[in-house]
Amino acid sequence: MNTTYAVLSEGLEKRFGDIHALRGLDLAVARGTVCGVLGPNGAGKTTAVRVLTTLSAPGGGSARVAGHDIVTEAAAVRAAIGVAGQYASVDSELTGRENLRLFARLLRLRGATGRARADELLERFELVEAADRAARTYSGGMRRRLDLASSLLTRPQVLFLDEPTTGLDPQSRGQIWTAVRELAAEGTTVLLTTQYLEEADQLADDIVLIDHGRAAHRGTPAELKSRIGSYAEVVVADESTEAVFLTAAGVLDQLTGTEPVIERERRTVGAVTTDGTLTLPRIVRELDAAGVPVADVSLRPPTLDEVFLRLTGRAGAPGTTAPTTTGTRTGTTIRATEESAA
Amino acid sequence: MSTVAYDSTAVLGRHLQRIRHSPGVVILTQTMPITMLLFFGFVFGSALATPGQEYRAFLVPGLLAATAAGGIMTGMFQSAQDAQRGVMDRFRTLPMSRAAVPLGQTAADLLTTVVGMVPLVLVGLAVGWRIEGGVGGALGAFGLLLLFRFAANWVGAYLGLLIRNEEIAGQLGSVTFVLPLLSNAYIPTEGLPGWLRVVTEWNPLSAVAAAVRDLCGNASPNPDAAWPTAEPVAGALLWSLLLLVVFVPPTIRRYTRSGE
Repeated sequence: MNTTYAVLSEGLEKRFGDIHALRGLDLAVARGTVCGVLGPNGAGKTTAVRVLTTLSAPGGGSARVAGHDIVTEAAAVRAAIGVAGQYASVDSELTGRENLRLFARLLRLRGATGRARADELLERFELVEAADRAARTYSGGMRRRLDLASSLLTRPQVLFLDEPTTGLDPQSRGQIWTAVRELAAEGTTVLLTTQYLEEADQLADDIVLIDHGRAAHRGTPAELKSRIGSYAEVVVADESTEAVFLTAAGVLDQLTGTEPVIERERRTVGAVTTDGTLTLPRIVRELDAAGVPVADVSLRPPTLDEVFLRLTGRAGAPGTTAPTTTGTRTGTTIRATEESAA
Repeated sequence: MSTVAYDSTAVLGRHLQRIRHSPGVVILTQTMPITMLLFFGFVFGSALATPGQEYRAFLVPGLLAATAAGGIMTGMFQSAQDAQRGVMDRFRTLPMSRAAVPLGQTAADLLTTVVGMVPLVLVGLAVGWRIEGGVGGALGAFGLLLLFRFAANWVGAYLGLLIRNEEIAGQLGSVTFVLPLLSNAYIPTEGLPGWLRVVTEWNPLSAVAAAVRDLCGNASPNPDAAWPTAEPVAGALLWSLLLLVVFVPPTIRRYTRSGE
């Protein structure tokens, strides 16, 4: 029994008829860390969480959560975890307070203790004003906060969050992120799934990239990003001559070591970089020194599409682009790079 | 066992809170049989050879039995809704008794039914139905009705776990209105053609309605009917127990493994 890891799975398998959702998933989440499980729709993220939280029985392999076997010690697992996500929801006909009190009772927080804990969580998640309204009247963000509060009643050792911010506005997303950071600071182990690279980047100590039901890549956000790289792009000034484009391309070539792509109609020169130390000021300084009239420079993080294209050699599922990134032309950029290299 | 009792009580409380928040649904389902009593009793009743008052006295036990059978609909809808909305999965991640969810749900339904039958009984008495079988008979009749409601509710809970979709459950729920039509709840079965008569007399609802009529002293069972309706008290009891034996274990098992 390994107590270093709050979640440890080996070769987890799960089939639904013809669909092979998990094909030997190995996960190791160290106690007290936040692990971001990243992947497109259908990669197996939700199935992984369902199996680890005892909602669904594994077809093969084994896993321990908080030191307990998910199959033979399912009750002990349930006593040690909190779950919030797309499913595991609250009763929308009850008020926020009634929901929390009900789950508190079922978690053996009896009488005044349960009521006090419910009030404490309503306060913490800014739900006091809405506490006595039916949950079905809540906004998406309030609803997620209530879900999260419901899974924190007994201060679980391991918290599972399945796509906690999918579909939320930026403000609500920020509130959930703050809550996760606070929990992590208190020592709770968090396993969260997300489609947003930025979310994993913001919250996770380690990222596991799931593809086709198994862990395709793992590492810290910095490691993963340095493997994936970023995209540096320069927009040159109006009326720039061909010489300006070529000078800018030369600068980017030197800085990134990859062949830049010139798009004259958009007045851009861009290149993929895997150098994590490359900064925006440095690009600007080098361009300035070379006398390139610059209208705009960006060094943007890769989209999840890029992650998949670069790490798995194929595009991610539709709709997996992170909401904060700027456009979806990465695929064409990389193809253009390959063409120009050929 | 105390875990099951404790958790079931908590789940029961949840369902009672839901009713307190939206009593409309319950009031609507409970006033439905009263509307039917007035409609059938006075509109159809005046077109029948049987005198109106006599028909209404025949109808009330039938409507009570139909109300009991309505447990299928409520059980099915509640389970399907909980499965679809994720409430069930939340319960399943908690370190609680897994039998407590359907137990608390069906217990809450039983309590609602006890209260919900009162208006129908009062209106029934007002339009000519009489309880002539003494206190023992009346208690027996209501005991049977509640037992059958409880069994029907478990049948519904099981079906809801199979369906896992509130809309489909709602639509199927309206199909259950056919059940009393294929029984002796609203009409005597003696005049029906042979095969239809067999179907209606083997319908558990017929046994329940006939048992209530028998225990309340409204009408004696027809000795020529199929066995469960000819011996309706034993028939209704056995039907209820059979449904419970058949549906309770797989409901709990299915709940435990739900969402595989």
